[in-house]
Amino acid sequence: MAEELPQRQTDIGPPNYKDFLPPVIKNNYGKWKYHEKLSGGSMVHVGESGDELYTVRVASPRLVSTDFIRDLTAIADKYCDGYLRFTTRHNVEFLVSDKSKVDPLLAELKEKKYMIGGIGDGISNIVHTQGWVHCHSAATDASGLVKVLMDEFADYFTGAKELPARVRLAVACCTNMCGAVHCSDIAVVGIHRKPPRIDQDGVKKACEVPSTIASCPTGAISPDPKNKSVKIKDEKCMYCGNCYSVCPALPISDPDNDGVAIVAGGKIGSLRSDPKFSKLVVPFLPNNTPKWPEVVSTFRNILTAYEAGAVKHERLGEWIERIGWEKFFELTNIPFTHQHIDDFTIARETYRTSAAFKW
Amino acid sequence: MSQNKYETPLLDQLESGPFPSFVTEIKRAAAKNDSANDLLGVLERCFKERKTHWKHGGIVGVRGYGGGVIGRYSDVPDDFPGVAHFHTVRVNQTSGFFYTSKALNEICDIWDKYGSGLTNFHGSTGDMILLGTKSDALEPLFAELSSRGWDLGGSGSCARTPSCCVGPGRCEWAMCDTLDINYDLTQAFQDELHRPMFPYKFKIKTAGCAADCIASVARADLSIVGTWKGNIQIDQAEVKKYADGGMDINAEVVGMCPTKCMSYDGNELKVDDPNCSRCMHCITKMTKALRPTGPFGATIMVGSKAPFVIGALLSHVIVPFMPLEPPYDNLKDLIQKMWDWWDEHGKNRERIGELIVRRGMREFLEACELDPIPQMVFEPRRDPFYFWKEDELN
Repeated sequence: MAEELPQRQTDIGPPNYKDFLPPVIKNNYGKWKYHEKLSGGSMVHVGESGDELYTVRVASPRLVSTDFIRDLTAIADKYCDGYLRFTTRHNVEFLVSDKSKVDPLLAELKEKKYMIGGIGDGISNIVHTQGWVHCHSAATDASGLVKVLMDEFADYFTGAKELPARVRLAVACCTNMCGAVHCSDIAVVGIHRKPPRIDQDGVKKACEVPSTIASCPTGAISPDPKNKSVKIKDEKCMYCGNCYSVCPALPISDPDNDGVAIVAGGKIGSLRSDPKFSKLVVPFLPNNTPKWPEVVSTFRNILTAYEAGAVKHERLGEWIERIGWEKFFELTNIPFTHQHIDDFTIARETYRTSAAFKW
Repeated sequence: MSQNKYETPLLDQLESGPFPSFVTEIKRAAAKNDSANDLLGVLERCFKERKTHWKHGGIVGVRGYGGGVIGRYSDVPDDFPGVAHFHTVRVNQTSGFFYTSKALNEICDIWDKYGSGLTNFHGSTGDMILLGTKSDALEPLFAELSSRGWDLGGSGSCARTPSCCVGPGRCEWAMCDTLDINYDLTQAFQDELHRPMFPYKFKIKTAGCAADCIASVARADLSIVGTWKGNIQIDQAEVKKYADGGMDINAEVVGMCPTKCMSYDGNELKVDDPNCSRCMHCITKMTKALRPTGPFGATIMVGSKAPFVIGALLSHVIVPFMPLEPPYDNLKDLIQKMWDWWDEHGKNRERIGELIVRRGMREFLEACELDPIPQMVFEPRRDPFYFWKEDELN
């Protein structure tokens, strides 16, 4: 690189967001009166001033090329004076100040095969992690699962079909859960099912023994001073892989036993009921690449039961709590196993201490 | 350089269908970049063997920073030399993910020059993720980015890149200025963000209301959630329009109120405000008719995280109502007290929520100079096993 580089700067932080707000937002900042959904992928926000801001939302796979971004900016230049944003669920939003440009924008997006939607009571984009694209601890892929699930449930994204309330999906490729799937309506989490293998030489060279021991939630790891390594009590290990994140010499991946678990019934936000964790629904499904058909059909099964049983505005977890988990397993025909009964830190809280339940 | 350097029969199956394809995106980048091409090759192998081919990150970065770059190496570098090094660069996003075409195009040009041309918009914590570059490209990449006003985000045991919802930029429910609070805190904590000095990571997320579109209560060590203290203002004419429009107000709104503080007789909607818990359900369903009124501020909550090590935690209330006006010194003082206590007592890789579980709320509250109040708990303790301090005894 022969050309001269510009002067680097440090600790400047991100640019000021104010430099990226369209004039209609600057003029109505903090003074929005209401908004209305216009279609599955468009809405209007109206300020107290009467000003209108139109938003058109499209799906993004999150893992995108610079050319994908340039396509978006070209569209934003044409219809939005160059103003666009992304949502917390990785969708793209075109911010249109001129009402007459909304329909032409929608027409161009349709023609270019963008998936328009993500607004309202349906399924928005899936929050997810890196998976096999970029992570050392991934027990499954993330982008692949997102693709097959979003293809399957496209109608709930575009608004062609609606659900009783929003259903937020998430994919985490290991139990580290960078994707925070633990409070989602339905989510996939990559899991292992066998204890890590100990590479004695590697532990000696690359690992700090005390932090490796401390990383284990069940106290399965103890020191092995003779070998300057560690010992693992296999019967105490629940294969979380946290030790592998701390010590690379404890590989845990095993293609024939790795796969995913399905959890459901979580939510964020305090609307109607407190935020809640997702709970285990299916303890294991295989990594049947490239399309994970067992995962897709399990999601379909849960959604079908929810759609049939929930009342309007009731989130999946609220519906399950109303009918009871015993009814949920009956309606979905999902087998209930030893793995479903908690034996970790909050186990006792989850045992039924009442003789009132349903058959 | 050819677009089809590798046969990818498995990945090719993920190119059809209505949802945009990440495989197509990798191929677009691969048409111009060898690393992206090799990424396609190694990913096909992952799909075939059903396992990852990435190794642990090594320590790489830019001069003067202890984070912002995640070292990433392939475990099959001989087969895929283009991804032998494939480091991630985290670039601090704007508040609320607002951009202009000009700014994004500039980032794309820089990234095509120094990296794979692949990105994540955005990563789980909120950063723009530039996916895949080599160690020797990091310094020039950083010089180009920072000279145009962009800085790196956090990684490792530091204050991670703060993130927020769209807030007052485009939401009638924003009860604190999420965009400004997020920007202000990010600027105030630059040192803590770039130079890891904590026991573990510390995430800050700001939501404008209890709908919590940024998932702050589930995924942030410090959750700032906008709220209000006044009454809910009711526009009865708009209520009538909702009813005339077909809304079953008793079923959809009144009946779903968790505190049963609402009533509707077919004519007038009433709210028993002192018994409202401000969950936001009614306001979100009848946004034209119902509005919260001031004073506005935020509920401050602490401690949420994913399952490692003691199980997943949700954030819990430590300040039920905090007024938030620039320069937010009250909030910054509280954060500093929390950090000091965590720094003093936290073990390596112990999140602040776990430390509170280990050492108890009393110690945490005293360190933060907060008095206990009922809003902090769902219910008081059930057991008689508690401590007294010397000065509480005769």
